[in-house]
Amino acid sequence: MTASVSDKQKLPQSNAAPQSAVKSGADLLLDALEEQGVEVIFGYPGGAVLPIYDALFARDKIQHILMRHEQGAVHAAEGYARSSGKPGVVLVTSGPGATNAVTGLADALLDSIPLVCITGQVARPLIGTDAFQECDTIGITRACTKHNYLVQSAERLPTIVHEAFHVAKNGRPGPVLIDIPKDVQFDQAPYVARSAARKRNCIIVPEAQSHQINQAVEMMRSARRPVFYTGGGLINSGPDASQTLRDLVKETGFPVTSTLMGLGAFRASDPLWLGMLGMHGSYEANNAMHDCDLMICLGARFDDRITGRLDAFSPGSKKIHVDIDPSSINKNVAVDLGIVGDVQSVMKSILEAWQGARERTPVDTNGLDPWIRQIEDWRRKESFGYEKSKKFIKPQHAIERLYQLSRDRDVFITTEVGQHQMWAAQHFHFDEPNRWMTSGGLGTMGYGLPAALGVQAAHPGALVVDIAGDASVQMTMQEFSAAVQHKLPIKIFILNNEYLGMVRQWQELLHGGRYSHSYSDSLPDFVKLAEAYGGVGLRAESPDELDDQIMKMINVDRPVLFDCVVTKEENVFPMIPSGAAHNEMMMGGQVTGDEIDDEGRKLV
Amino acid sequence: MNQTSASVYPVSNKTEEISERILAVIVDNEPGVLSRVVGLFSARGYNIESLTVAETDVEKHRSRITIVTNGTPAKIEQIKAQLGRLVPVQRVIDVSGEVDALERELALVKIAAQSDQRVEAMRLADIFRARALDTTHTSFVFEITGTREKVNAFIDLMRPLGLTEVSRTGVLSIRRGVETD
Repeated sequence: MTASVSDKQKLPQSNAAPQSAVKSGADLLLDALEEQGVEVIFGYPGGAVLPIYDALFARDKIQHILMRHEQGAVHAAEGYARSSGKPGVVLVTSGPGATNAVTGLADALLDSIPLVCITGQVARPLIGTDAFQECDTIGITRACTKHNYLVQSAERLPTIVHEAFHVAKNGRPGPVLIDIPKDVQFDQAPYVARSAARKRNCIIVPEAQSHQINQAVEMMRSARRPVFYTGGGLINSGPDASQTLRDLVKETGFPVTSTLMGLGAFRASDPLWLGMLGMHGSYEANNAMHDCDLMICLGARFDDRITGRLDAFSPGSKKIHVDIDPSSINKNVAVDLGIVGDVQSVMKSILEAWQGARERTPVDTNGLDPWIRQIEDWRRKESFGYEKSKKFIKPQHAIERLYQLSRDRDVFITTEVGQHQMWAAQHFHFDEPNRWMTSGGLGTMGYGLPAALGVQAAHPGALVVDIAGDASVQMTMQEFSAAVQHKLPIKIFILNNEYLGMVRQWQELLHGGRYSHSYSDSLPDFVKLAEAYGGVGLRAESPDELDDQIMKMINVDRPVLFDCVVTKEENVFPMIPSGAAHNEMMMGGQVTGDEIDDEGRKLV
Repeated sequence: MNQTSASVYPVSNKTEEISERILAVIVDNEPGVLSRVVGLFSARGYNIESLTVAETDVEKHRSRITIVTNGTPAKIEQIKAQLGRLVPVQRVIDVSGEVDALERELALVKIAAQSDQRVEAMRLADIFRARALDTTHTSFVFEITGTREKVNAFIDLMRPLGLTEVSRTGVLSIRRGVETD
């Protein structure tokens, strides 16, 4: 930090100053971030945030990671947040800085990731004059943030920052944006501590009512074909929620399935684990959802990728839905019992009530046997199975090997979006929460590489692998340069089939095999590309060399691009075709090309 | 079963009754709050039939937004829950669902008419307790207040009598008795 000495003398030291002293808006912002416990900021400087960067220069409490694009900064913050449980912080400039961040904000909103995004804005007198790098950031981001603020004065700034963290973290988490005009960053005002801030306590999560808990327990006690349907809310609720779910499952003996976002909350090695459900979920999970008599939805939201055809969704079941967001309940699927609350505390109450009820009248423990036998029958179908090959690397095989070879490591997985994402969800197994970072709701190609970078920043010693596709990874490839600069040894494991794989699959199944613009005719040489960036490039082209190359990747302490050349025309199975029900799954090897009717074809 | 039943999207096959509802939304009066509320309606495909907004408590910076919308009961519940998620929204009151709610709307109605029609218009205005704000030899401007239905009825009756223009405030609401929102 020798370079910053002279600046340190010019600028006031953050924490040494008394409460009443006035500081610049930029310092007030950093004071507030420090008080909120922020350790890492992902950002990109520019004209309208220069005062903040100047103040940042004089401090060393907060680490700044210089990204290569604002979208990458937001995804990195998402990866940081998802893997650490702390809100991610982004700092970008006005105009294009803000608009580039929009995709990441929308992604974080749909996946309920707590973020605080700070954008610069042109000085107040210039707002509305079409000034250089001006845009209506508040207007543009209103629909893709949980809340946003335009800071009108330096006096208000600390309070707004404290409120923004409150909003981002509490209730259903989400991204919050603070737009700070450049002159506000220079203006002087006193700091307001978190405890003294007159922020609104606008997010209030109600306690679940005991009669609802008792009703839930009654329904659970009389169920003969129950299933827990868990989601990302369990991850957001913290590691305790995962533990409580495990206790609850141990106590009740109910099988568990999870959405893409909830993987890791329950142990994948547990015999009661059914695997992921939904469009590319397991046969046993989807059939269990269809045939159950009681569905207990914990922190999931009945997304269309989960339910398939709504009027054929789990027709014979009673449904309990626990969600922190009242608007999620009865939104897509009408439920018999909706409980609004934090899923962790609701599960705990249910567990206690269950134990209490069991002591009074024991449950018929054999009652679930036929259901469990039925599930074992479905399980024998081995729906994630695929045709093995000795000559070519099958993408599923590559992920299986990656999983096996990294089992003794402290491993975190991120993904891009597409076929590789589904194969990763099917074949990489998680026993712990916060280990799996993926773009579920928005389905953002290009999420995984910067997210991995954010995960690595939160967990410096861990093995962080982005399971990627050759198309997705190129959307945010430039962030590899940020990984090299900041010595974040992320591993980008590219399943390279030269296609936009999921697009190609849908074109095969829905559009008569007319592969309209889904083949990448000219891909970069990923090995050379890695070297050009100053990282490590590795390639595997046959199953014989796969293990060796994966071990090389795991053992090298630098960023790696791994070009895993896989079979080109593999499809993700099983699959619930558009417009079909859970019990009408397409399995591998039975595809004719006319599986989806005209109506289904119109759906996304 | 109709064709759209194949949708994976939440398309309901049930033909539930669509009804008109008045929602009062108490919000912090801060910049942009109205566009948050309106933006939510357009983003999620809800209808706004009328909308009235003004600051109602200057000290507490509170505004009251009264929205007339329509939808099935499930959709109305969804609208209320979605509104409740907005940070500056303090409360959402389902005015139509309350037994002790008062509702009023004001309309200005312009009639251009001659002779007999003028007499009939004046007679009807009298029955509806509408006030003539402006009178010329060939026109009237009436002011009428009342429930939405009453205002609608007045406008319908005036239509054959030379109605040329209408301006309406949208619905306002308040609770009867001593209790406040």
